[in-house]
Amino acid sequence: MLASILASGLAVGAVYALIGITYNTMFATSRVMSFTAGQLGMLGGVLGSLFILRLGLPVLPGLVLTLAACALLGVVTEIVAVRPVLKSLDQHLYVLSTLALALMIQHTAALEWSTEPQPFPRLIGLGEGIWEEKYWLPVAACAATILGLEYLYRRTLVGRAFVAIAEDNYAARALGLPERNLRMASYALAGAIGALAGFAGGQLLLAFFANGPLLNFYGFIPVALGGLGNNRGAVIGGLALGLFQQAANFLVGGIFSSVAVFTLFILVLLAAPQGLFGAAAARRV
Amino acid sequence: MGVTDTAAPALKLPAAPSALARLLPFLGLLAGALLLPFSGNDYWALIATRACIYWVLVSGLNLIVGYAGQLAIGYVAILALGAYTASVLAAGNVLPALPSFAALGCAGLVGAVFGVVVGLPALRLRTFYFAMTTLGFATIVTQIALAWQDVTGGGIGIPGPEMPAPLDTPWGYYLFCLGAAALCTWLTANIAGSRFGRALVAVRDAEVAAEACGVAKPRLLVQVFLLAGALAGIAGGLFATLQSYITPDAFTFDLSLLFFIAVLIGGRGSILGPLLGTILLTLLPEVAAPLAAWSTFLYAALLLVIVLAIPGGIAALLDFRSRRALPEGRAVQPRPEALATLLGHHREARGAIELRGVVLAFGAVRAIDGLDLDLRPGEVHGLIGPNGSGKTTTLNVISGYYRPQQGSLTLAGAPLPAGRPALRAPQGIARTFQTPRLVGEATVLQNVMVGATVEGRSTFLEALFQLPRQRREEREMEARARLALAAAGLAGLADVRADRLQHSELRFMEIARALMLRPAFLMLDEPAAGLATEEIKRLGALIRAIAAQGTGVLLVEHHADLIFDICDRVTVLNLGRELAAGTPAEIRTHKEVVSAYLGG
Repeated sequence: MLASILASGLAVGAVYALIGITYNTMFATSRVMSFTAGQLGMLGGVLGSLFILRLGLPVLPGLVLTLAACALLGVVTEIVAVRPVLKSLDQHLYVLSTLALALMIQHTAALEWSTEPQPFPRLIGLGEGIWEEKYWLPVAACAATILGLEYLYRRTLVGRAFVAIAEDNYAARALGLPERNLRMASYALAGAIGALAGFAGGQLLLAFFANGPLLNFYGFIPVALGGLGNNRGAVIGGLALGLFQQAANFLVGGIFSSVAVFTLFILVLLAAPQGLFGAAAARRV
Repeated sequence: MGVTDTAAPALKLPAAPSALARLLPFLGLLAGALLLPFSGNDYWALIATRACIYWVLVSGLNLIVGYAGQLAIGYVAILALGAYTASVLAAGNVLPALPSFAALGCAGLVGAVFGVVVGLPALRLRTFYFAMTTLGFATIVTQIALAWQDVTGGGIGIPGPEMPAPLDTPWGYYLFCLGAAALCTWLTANIAGSRFGRALVAVRDAEVAAEACGVAKPRLLVQVFLLAGALAGIAGGLFATLQSYITPDAFTFDLSLLFFIAVLIGGRGSILGPLLGTILLTLLPEVAAPLAAWSTFLYAALLLVIVLAIPGGIAALLDFRSRRALPEGRAVQPRPEALATLLGHHREARGAIELRGVVLAFGAVRAIDGLDLDLRPGEVHGLIGPNGSGKTTTLNVISGYYRPQQGSLTLAGAPLPAGRPALRAPQGIARTFQTPRLVGEATVLQNVMVGATVEGRSTFLEALFQLPRQRREEREMEARARLALAAAGLAGLADVRADRLQHSELRFMEIARALMLRPAFLMLDEPAAGLATEEIKRLGALIRAIAAQGTGVLLVEHHADLIFDICDRVTVLNLGRELAAGTPAEIRTHKEVVSAYLGG
């Protein structure tokens, strides 16, 4: 039992962590928490199933098309729901505009795809039992994403520009960085990461439109625990959340595991409002 | 108080609409609703009852979203909780069956409790967190309703409570729900118009100023969460009866969205707007039946359009008064003679505010580096120095925003708690801000009335039901606010929206708000910045008159002339340390000051 808790816990935890990284990637360049993060994860599953099962494409082109479509959606998010409200960040209008867009995405998926969970294809067919691919695939995707982001942020010019904008927007612009293009690029990147989360976790979560709000919430918890914009915190928080949730699932059953997660979330937030790895609040006066 | 009547500025300003004029739209809606049963069409009864029940929930949610600005997007969860509580208790499958009305009351109690539980993160955290917790809560409640079959009937559902005669007919139940909706309109309008409503809006738009006025945000929000939760729970119970059978499918997120968007379409800080929004959104799917499948998509698209195009909502469209131009060339004419009445019996200053050896560092920068300062009642104390010398920081330490690393801060020998700005107003310490902090959508009068929030004695319940003490306090506060506005020279602008004022007028409005407290100490942060020469003179006279009433004034300023004209004592800061202190005459001739700062 312990083994299957570990396997499924780490698997869903990795999906949550990836959604957390999706939130963070968008937040870094825009200071906006976007409700589309969970929907991108949902679309990763839905589009993957659409391209591979329904349209019969091979796995790799299916993956590439899924990531590309979600990256495009990321750019649309930036243009439609983020850029117009950036001027008045303190009024929190982005909460409403990204929520509206997220709901439009979710509802379109429900009507045009299906309101029932649809199967997601086996991709590689390697391993069985607790080593089945649906358990290790999300963990592998998460590890690959972290390594990729580390490389991007530390070794490439574009990545360093991202970091510069996240660190100090004004200074970065004063240095002549193309802030708007970089922001759009980071939204495209976030779209791809979110899609990868849903694609890798597809066999676990299925291709289901209602995964959107679920991933929105469970992907936000690692961010809240780890501190806004902190990817390391998101990964630790995501894996911890996955393990905690699956353990509660096995021990006390489905209803109470979601209650337990929710209670824990509120308690931790009240005890450590900045997250467990977050920085102190800015000066207000 | 003949002072206000003789107000000098001969401005013709639009008068505030009378109470009757403001009531008229509500009475019209009520009359229309009462005529509806004569149609005899039972289908309309269903739709209209639904609109009434939704409004019971939205009226409470409006205080949270529209007034407090907290984005509660998952309120359908509380509706579901209320519906299941009422149904389960009335059906008696857990406890002995309760009568329907008792079950409805329990639904309200459960709603109130969970309204607070879900709201807890809002007390300390950023907006997005609260939106998320309410969303998460909405997801979980539906899951539980599905899984907890013994109690909720799972996916099969459970019958709603049945109402006794004469409420068991469609129109009988409609009139009952209409009564509930009318009652909720009255109750929430009472809160909105009380000091609680003004404080909610102040927390939303000017949180720092609200704190300086002594508004205790957690306590305030908990009270509102209790009320909104109770209303949502009761709405749930009513909803279960209307549906006659409830399953988890009845509480989709679409419904939550409807409630939330109804408030936003209606507009922030309005009762009428969200009421119209609720009616509109309830009717919309009925009118556009072919689009029913896409209704959520349409709601979401509507939300996007509102946010991007008309953030003010219906209320802003209906606000014709604020579109009329204000007269040009207005001048602020303070009337210091009003101060005697206003501050006549103000709280007696028990002694001086004393700072001893205060040190405050931000990282490696020592913003204040061992400062001693005395602020005595009835004196005007000037604080000058170059930019970055620690003037405003000193003010922020005294008003409790910063916690110094070393040194003591006392009032009449008793320590003032550091880092607790909301505790300053009860001690009679008021302040203004370098950049005026105000509620743009509220009237000048309402903005000023926030200043006396700590003096309100009537409770939330008294405000909810407009009990006599609340009404009396409200009248006193309004009279005092008009007096404070007269003293600050803004009597003619009392009923104008604050965001239409000129910059100089906002500075005087902040002073009026601070005077509402009848402060023992008043701290002004660059009140003359951006004022014309003539206005600075009037400001100086006003400050002298305030000090003459026994109030101690701390004046942070760059205008050396004003400082030397009106101050009793002056402290010059440089790099967080005292460069010189003394009377204006001594400072004016102080060698270092002259060379370093005055440039004489």
